[in-house]
Amino acid sequence: MKIVYPKEEVCMACRLCEVACITEHSRSKDTIKAYKKEKPAPLSRTLVEEIFPGLSVSVNCRHCSDAPCIEACITGAMHRKPDGRVVVNEYKCVGCWMCVMACPFGAIKRNQYKIEGQGARGKGQGLKIKLSSKCDLCPDRSIPACVEACPNRVMAYEERN
Amino acid sequence: MKYLIIGNSAAAIGAAEAIRKNDKGNPVIIISDEPHRVYSRPLISYLLAGLVTEDRMYYRDENFYKDNNIETIFDKRVTGVDVKKRQALLEDKKRIDYDRLLIATGGTPFVPPIKGKERKNVYTFTKWKDAENIIKLTTTPPFTKEGRGGIKKAVVIGAGMIGIKAVEGLHAVGVDVTVVELASEVLSRALDKDASRIVQRRMEDAGIEVITSNEVIEITGRGDLASGVVLRDKKKIKCDLVIIAIGVIPNTGFLKESGIKINRGIVVDEKMETNIKGVYAAGDVAEALNIITGEKMPIPIWPLAQRQGAIAGDNMSGGDSVYKGGFPMNSIEFPGVPTISMGITDPRGEGYESFIKNDSANGNYKRIILKDNKIVGAILVGDDIDRAGILTGLIKEQTPVTAFKDKLLDRNFGFVHLPKDLRKEKLEKMV
Amino acid sequence: MFFTMLYKTPTYYEFKVDRDDARCIRCQVCVRQCSYGSTFYDAEEDRIYNIDANCVGCHRCDTFCPTDCITIRRVGENFKENANWNAWAIRNLNKQANTGGILLTGMGSDRPHRIYWDNIVVDASQVTNPSIDPLREPMELKTYLGRKPDSIEIEEREGKVSLKTRLAPQLELNVPIMFSAMSYGAINYNVCEALAMAAENMGTYCNTGEGGLHKNLYKYGKNTIVQVASGRFGVHLDYLGVSAAVEIKIGQGAKPGIGGHLPGEKVTEEVSKTRMIPAGSDALSPAPHHDIYSIEDLRQLIYALKEATNYEKPVSVKIAAVHNAAAIASGIVRAGADIVAIDGIRGSTGAAPLMIRDNVGIPAELALAQVDERLRNEGIRNWASVVIAGGIRNASDIVKAIALGADAVYIATPALVSIGCTVCQKCYLGKCAWGIATNDPYLARRQNPEIAAERMSNLLTAWSREIKEMLGGMGLNAIESLRGNRERLRGVGLSDRELKILGLKHAGEGM
Repeated sequence: MKIVYPKEEVCMACRLCEVACITEHSRSKDTIKAYKKEKPAPLSRTLVEEIFPGLSVSVNCRHCSDAPCIEACITGAMHRKPDGRVVVNEYKCVGCWMCVMACPFGAIKRNQYKIEGQGARGKGQGLKIKLSSKCDLCPDRSIPACVEACPNRVMAYEERN
Repeated sequence: MKYLIIGNSAAAIGAAEAIRKNDKGNPVIIISDEPHRVYSRPLISYLLAGLVTEDRMYYRDENFYKDNNIETIFDKRVTGVDVKKRQALLEDKKRIDYDRLLIATGGTPFVPPIKGKERKNVYTFTKWKDAENIIKLTTTPPFTKEGRGGIKKAVVIGAGMIGIKAVEGLHAVGVDVTVVELASEVLSRALDKDASRIVQRRMEDAGIEVITSNEVIEITGRGDLASGVVLRDKKKIKCDLVIIAIGVIPNTGFLKESGIKINRGIVVDEKMETNIKGVYAAGDVAEALNIITGEKMPIPIWPLAQRQGAIAGDNMSGGDSVYKGGFPMNSIEFPGVPTISMGITDPRGEGYESFIKNDSANGNYKRIILKDNKIVGAILVGDDIDRAGILTGLIKEQTPVTAFKDKLLDRNFGFVHLPKDLRKEKLEKMV
Repeated sequence: MFFTMLYKTPTYYEFKVDRDDARCIRCQVCVRQCSYGSTFYDAEEDRIYNIDANCVGCHRCDTFCPTDCITIRRVGENFKENANWNAWAIRNLNKQANTGGILLTGMGSDRPHRIYWDNIVVDASQVTNPSIDPLREPMELKTYLGRKPDSIEIEEREGKVSLKTRLAPQLELNVPIMFSAMSYGAINYNVCEALAMAAENMGTYCNTGEGGLHKNLYKYGKNTIVQVASGRFGVHLDYLGVSAAVEIKIGQGAKPGIGGHLPGEKVTEEVSKTRMIPAGSDALSPAPHHDIYSIEDLRQLIYALKEATNYEKPVSVKIAAVHNAAAIASGIVRAGADIVAIDGIRGSTGAAPLMIRDNVGIPAELALAQVDERLRNEGIRNWASVVIAGGIRNASDIVKAIALGADAVYIATPALVSIGCTVCQKCYLGKCAWGIATNDPYLARRQNPEIAAERMSNLLTAWSREIKEMLGGMGLNAIESLRGNRERLRGVGLSDRELKILGLKHAGEGM
């Protein structure tokens, strides 16, 4: 299946892929609002690893054919779509971080925030939401946001063997 | 061809799905001694804590069995297996035929012979029913401002994974908890001393009483109701609820006369097949390879159960998969201290090398354990757990880390620290 | 960080970076893109600040800002108005007072030298000579560079006609545009590769400059002109062997009379291997070739190179346009060069002393007209092709150059601008934020050769379309027919003397 492959030789560590990812996964899909306004702040599902200067690479989910995260998920939240994408069902995810532990690419992020609401212990607690967040290959787009945003064609969205 | 699966959790579902990949038509039967469709046992503490509603307990959706053409027999215990006639015996004397059998009965809580263990209000904590019972108690009126039920004080025996989960659940609903652990630390099998201390201190900060190097020798009570425990040092603790969470042992009791070879768990080969042809075992009940130690042992964790089940299922239905082995790993977060551990966490003996970053003041701890320049274990406590999976991968693939071992503890440790060829192999090829 | 500035000697900085805080999302893309230390993030304040004194106005940050929150303003024009002592003069003077050094700069001169291209207009066909639509009819831009025979002999055998004259080696160009000399070292490997890829793709040539040719780029040899300069860096038999042509660099429009200078910091391991000099050492080309003190000496080198390349490759000689360019060109042609390249005063460079770049040499247009005329008058125009360089900015400049007598043009700045260069003129610092004039691997990876080659190819494609349109308008269907056809040009607003030098009539004068 088509996934996003980075090419480190031309990655310049600008991190615009992260900005694009955050924007795409925001509610407003507006970069400024996504960063400055939205609570919870949307997370980037791609991570630019860097040894400064001179080496950087954007790492995101490989949508492994034999996905350890799906195996490790205790709730069934992590699942594979018929098109092959490995995605999180946010309603089912409880944030146990088993997938974080299992993913050999370190490509799953812990998404934690508080919402107004009542926890089991009573009033005024605010409910702490814990969710795994990961690359979903931007289902609303034909090309993932990171790929499109990359100014140096680092990210290839293609099928490889 | 008729497939029979005893058990209805991770390994069973993994197997059923794998079978259905290879074989869409032949009957698949799942037998469970619980009344529920497949749910996540690890979630019972979340249920107890009120963090999930019942509908979120289920591991697969409502139509799972129907969609996969799986027949189910729920709420029935299997009492034996007749491998000659290829039949499973149910508690109601019914016999179910099979051509291929998977035993995925998981673990059963180990309950030591403590005096008074048969009293009411003494529970184990592995199944939905356990959580349900405890919820009933905690929610029984009168409601109070502090809590939501009649139960005010609980003693949890055992501070391993299950014990901590029970503590977490009870604590979340406002029950005052004391946990008693035989070892000198909490989570002693998953963590080392330093890491355990961080978790223990956090528990104590949250108001949980932690008693280590001690054990409950008697559960006392009024009538048949438990009302307290007596510790080895004669200390008495009053309580309305006792949870025994010492651990689980493979649930193999019903196989005693079956001829299926059982050691600590059911002995299986690399195809997850037992000594009896056509009979497979997977999950917490099976004794499979630990790739780090090279020993065969039950490793009762969800991901391995899932994988073993899938491999067994594939092999049962004509596939040819090999279980390459696994290793223990766990992720637990209590209270607010995310903790991930994997492999050998408390090395004894020669040849180990440890890299440790101990920032216990801030609740952060990271230890990576090497042997022969390969990672064999890791403990991550605190905020720096996000890339833990990379370590899992390195352990699994037995990657030599000589070239970058000084970087393993870095907060930003990642693929950029791997040799270029390895990195490109991993990131630029299909997985 | 701000404190250090307070004690600095005044530099009267040129730019001010304005940041719209309402739009700034602190993504720090700009911080990472700025290679001049002008932009930094203050974690305590959670704000991005600028040290304006460090800004070179390259626009890397605002180009990359995902929220368009950055505006770079020019400042320093608010000195007391003075035609004589303007900001440029004061700023330069202060730099020298700070350092005691020669003023260095990069790229071509930014002084207001007269751009003759802008005072020349092109003819078009009306009524009496029909124009041609290049979309409907074939239009030939194919150009051959090299010596053409004085006459040709034809052989007829059994009804078949063949050429008896043996032709001198030629460079075949699909477009009359080549990439001028830019050395590996001045620009990095990625840009070198991109130029080579684009040259191959477009059927033209790139030029190594005096930096040698990296072994990995030998595969582009058939589209590469290799230079032999006074420092002889990276010159060896393989280098000559893989090339399409050899160019002897006598001089360069941006710094006539002085040799190239690549600072040691830019001499990385790979550059050192390619140039065959120790890593980290300054690569200083002597001002003259120490074996060339006369046309006769030049002839020796030309023939030495022809000998070394089996007389299979054209040899070019490149000079800076200077007062006596025409006579020198004549000597060069007579010395046996197949191509004469002339680089005008607006020619670009990776590093040159400011005073020299802006004040030495003559405009390419004038030199071209004179060289062409001289060679024609001497009856040797066909002995060599003339390539003009230094200040070509667009397709019409090329049309005019060819009508003035050039066979082809060299371009460098347009190629670099096409891949991001904003002509900030700081190439000599080796910190180019666009990843062009730098060998810092962190910065060099900003140029993805694939993209860069595509953009350069696009540029040449666009220009050739425009050239064809203009040719068609003149009723010409081949660039060949325009070459030296000054009758199709007219001067506008030029003095009689300038027109005479250019060999042009003034606009308004008929045929």
